Amino acid sequence: MPLFAKPGRLLLPLTLMLLTTALHAGDPVRIAAASDLRYALDDIVNLYREVHPDTAIEVIYGSSGKMTTQIINGAPYDIFFSADIAFPQQLKEKGLTTTEPAVYAIGRIVIWSNTLNAAKLTLEDLTSDAITRVAIAQPAHAPYGLRAKEAMQAAGVWDAVQSKLVFGENIAHAAQMAESGAAQVGIIALSLARFPELARHDHYLIDNALHNPLTQGYVVTRRGGNMPEALAFAGFMATDKVHDIMIRYGFVMPE
Amino acid sequence: MYTFGPAEWQAIDVTLRLCLYTTIILLLLATPLAWWLAKGRSRGRDVVQAIVSLPLVLPPTVLGFYLLVAMGPRGILGKTLEDLGFHHLAFSFEGILIASILYSMPFAVQPLTEAFSHLGRRPVEVASSLGAGAIDRFGTVIFPLTRSGFVVAATLTFAHTMGEFGVILMLGGSIPGETRVLSVLIYDHAEAMNYEAAHSLSLMLLIFAFVTLLVVYSFTRRFQVVRL
Repeated sequence: MPLFAKPGRLLLPLTLMLLTTALHAGDPVRIAAASDLRYALDDIVNLYREVHPDTAIEVIYGSSGKMTTQIINGAPYDIFFSADIAFPQQLKEKGLTTTEPAVYAIGRIVIWSNTLNAAKLTLEDLTSDAITRVAIAQPAHAPYGLRAKEAMQAAGVWDAVQSKLVFGENIAHAAQMAESGAAQVGIIALSLARFPELARHDHYLIDNALHNPLTQGYVVTRRGGNMPEALAFAGFMATDKVHDIMIRYGFVMPE
Repeated sequence: MYTFGPAEWQAIDVTLRLCLYTTIILLLLATPLAWWLAKGRSRGRDVVQAIVSLPLVLPPTVLGFYLLVAMGPRGILGKTLEDLGFHHLAFSFEGILIASILYSMPFAVQPLTEAFSHLGRRPVEVASSLGAGAIDRFGTVIFPLTRSGFVVAATLTFAHTMGEFGVILMLGGSIPGETRVLSVLIYDHAEAMNYEAAHSLSLMLLIFAFVTLLVVYSFTRRFQVVRL
């Protein structure tokens, strides 16, 4: 057979081909996502896997500010779902993105408690002596924490509540603090309060006129721009099926 | 009983590789360093000893922060690597391996220094006068006499690397298969309120740590070479 006549000739291209396929096969689509998406995005990724079983996807959750710092410092993320579109815009200004930052949802914040009936609580009630610990996300780098702070300031309770605050590293961490009962009350994302484990308890939806909107934006990073699978997943976010999941978790869809 | 899924096995794999590589590299580096610290007469020894012991008192975040700054694409080390056509080290397995080597350094150097200084000059001098070369002296005299020091150094380094958290979280992010070690995965599970998974992994690490210390203490008692 002529094909095997000179194996030496085939060796180099064959090795190169194997190497490149190995490199590509080893690289999954890595998504950095804000922690309010912890359960909603898991559902979306599972749905995507049903349709595209060959695409490997990994999701890493954290606070949007921290994820942004990581991407600036070279973290290997292909898509970034932020809780505040300002962060993807910052990345764009630094030339670290491929796509235009786009809004994928508007978030809401709620009061949630494991020990009290949160449905009957208001922001004013947080000043009561019966409540000694209130968990929020770190306002410095977590958008949900910043919005919680703004809402408390607008309601005029910030000064009184400040000494009771405990800060989660991101919004899921704040929710976990409230869930464990270590903090009686948490101001958390509606999307997390809708997660079955937490939905056992009622919540109080905070008026969105009290804070800046949680305009959540996403972007494909410069790194992800070379990866067709990353762009395909980003496109999937605009489908009705995904919108249904997001709405189920309490997100408001952009028009 | 909770059974481990792919995420858990992947984290176990990353963690074991990290611990193994750290231990091997660190023993190779720590042996000559500890020998110099135990036998040398230079005044610089105190300074070196202090530097080596820094991770014992330094918050892991300090080390993590400086390593992130140095290893990232804009850092001295990271940028040099990028300019040479390599990839920078932040958020990579190689990056957390370097961090682990620095972070676990005292746990390898101190038991070995202790073991070497208890050795005294006599056995080595005798071996030398009998014509044994440097490598021969190490293989046939020094190593057999300080073996328990090596066992303690290796065990502690391995175990301490497994217990690492802060440095890896800062420098490594939490990338599956790359930098998501067991301690980081437990943190992630707890945050996701996935308590069952967090519990079984935590229990596993707890038992591992206990057995490790048991080994270390039984060795130090038997040989009375190294006291912790």
